[in-house]
Amino acid sequence: MKEFRLIFKKFKAFLITRFIFINGIISIIILTLILIFLVYNSLKFFIQYPIFDFLTGTRWSPTSTEKFGLVPLLSGSALVTVGAILIALPLGVGTAIYIGELAPKFIRELLKPIIEVLATIPSVVIGFIGLQLIVPLIKNAFNLPVGLTALAGSIMLAFMSLPTIISISEDAINAVPIRYRHASLALGATKWETTYKVVVPAASSGIMASIMLGLGRIVGETMTVLMLTGNSPRIVFSWLQPVRTITATIAAEMGETVQGGLHYSALFALGLVLFIITFLINLIAERFIGKIRNT
Amino acid sequence: MKQRYIKQKIFYILLLIITLIVVLFVVGIILYLIFKGAHAISWSFITQFPKNSMREGGILPAILGTLYLMIGTIIFALPIGVFAAIYLNEYSARNKFTRIVRLSIINMAGVPSVVYGLFGLGFFVLFLKFGKSILSGSLTLALMILPVIITSTEEALKAVPDTYRHASLALGATKWQTISKVVLPQALPGIITGAVIGIGRAAGETAPIIFTVAAFSMPGLPKSIFDQAMALPYHLYVLATQVTNPPKDIQWGTSLVLLIIVLIFAVPGSIIRVRQRLKKRDLS
Repeated sequence: MKEFRLIFKKFKAFLITRFIFINGIISIIILTLILIFLVYNSLKFFIQYPIFDFLTGTRWSPTSTEKFGLVPLLSGSALVTVGAILIALPLGVGTAIYIGELAPKFIRELLKPIIEVLATIPSVVIGFIGLQLIVPLIKNAFNLPVGLTALAGSIMLAFMSLPTIISISEDAINAVPIRYRHASLALGATKWETTYKVVVPAASSGIMASIMLGLGRIVGETMTVLMLTGNSPRIVFSWLQPVRTITATIAAEMGETVQGGLHYSALFALGLVLFIITFLINLIAERFIGKIRNT
Repeated sequence: MKQRYIKQKIFYILLLIITLIVVLFVVGIILYLIFKGAHAISWSFITQFPKNSMREGGILPAILGTLYLMIGTIIFALPIGVFAAIYLNEYSARNKFTRIVRLSIINMAGVPSVVYGLFGLGFFVLFLKFGKSILSGSLTLALMILPVIITSTEEALKAVPDTYRHASLALGATKWQTISKVVLPQALPGIITGAVIGIGRAAGETAPIIFTVAAFSMPGLPKSIFDQAMALPYHLYVLATQVTNPPKDIQWGTSLVLLIIVLIFAVPGSIIRVRQRLKKRDLS
């Protein structure tokens, strides 16, 4: 009887360990499932529509002429993303330096939660605010027929990426050993010279990681761009024109497609492109984070 | 010499201006939403159905739909996330495989929300035939917030001193008894903080629910988890872009209600987390 109980106890422990292991690797299971679904549906698309035409096509008109060209959407995403990162970079790194190097302790403790709050505002609310405030502003400032432009999307996305950029950059700046600062000051450098010639270079891996993670957020953001950028899938080179991003195309068109049809699977192909882009961005970010750990 | 200090002064002022821009943006948005939305919110606004193609009435079904989704999401995400964190912190060996698990959690956090929506549509709605339903929507949102739950739970588990584990094991408790009776109760506040932050995030998301659960409008409330539901974020999107000439009050009111629900969950959690991190930093 005692032996039986011991076996039962061992069996129970074995089951628990197995169960926890399966939950532990859930992230691998889910990522694999997502990839399988995206690839499977994309393959269905590429059987009917040559992958070369998809990657190099300059027109996206799924309903009227059944043209599925990626270039206008990719250029739309690129234009909005570049604009957003150009705005977010000085704001994000500047604020991180201010919080990390200059702000007194009580201001630091006040600023950090405020920036965390920004991260929690839903993207659809940011989009709505942009629609009410930024879009009319752009329309009037540049004398445009409509204010729904790449610029409107860039501005709002820049602010949405700030919490990521600020908090990780600030962590990196804070992690720079105090003796670096003392050494620099002892050599006669001013506080500012110490900050930008010693502290910022020493924190550069973390700052780069924060920018890459911010970039990932910008590229993947959907609702804000869907509401603000005008949804016109054309290749343009100006921030004052309406564009259409990859994310917005999926969100806007999935509702109208026939399930299993060509258009439906084309949107999964767009999802795959998006998945690959953000995966690469995250991988690069992880490289920079790895660098911090090694030093 | 003097020039260098003038340069310092200029850059300090520049940094201050930059920080002020960011702070004013956040505070400005929230105050503006309150200013514009406060008078739109009334008892009837939050307890009535939309009327006259959403140009009148309230937003009750959208509020309830969002609450259902929040509950559904946490039911799925919390147990899986907590067990995943237990695996990582208590069971896994320090090897290459664990590194891959960690890397995939980081990558899961980086997957765009619209891709979760696509996956939810392909897997839950069509493949598992759950249809466009509260069940599909909750599962999709649960996947999205899993990384948040896993990371915060793991942090909470790490904070439990090893001496507790050793003491329990020395008394003859099994590993699982030690975890369930000693470690988990100690880590509970941290786990709850993470769960609350996760729920807040799920409440505000739009892209993952468009194809998996959100209804444009519904005649009544959903009756089971296999029904569609309206949800606040999608309702705001519809009001802002699909309805012709909706009264501004309803739009601002809906934005403010959504923001309040999200902030109720996000703010306490975020403040606790920031405090803990700053404290940890000051100690080290």
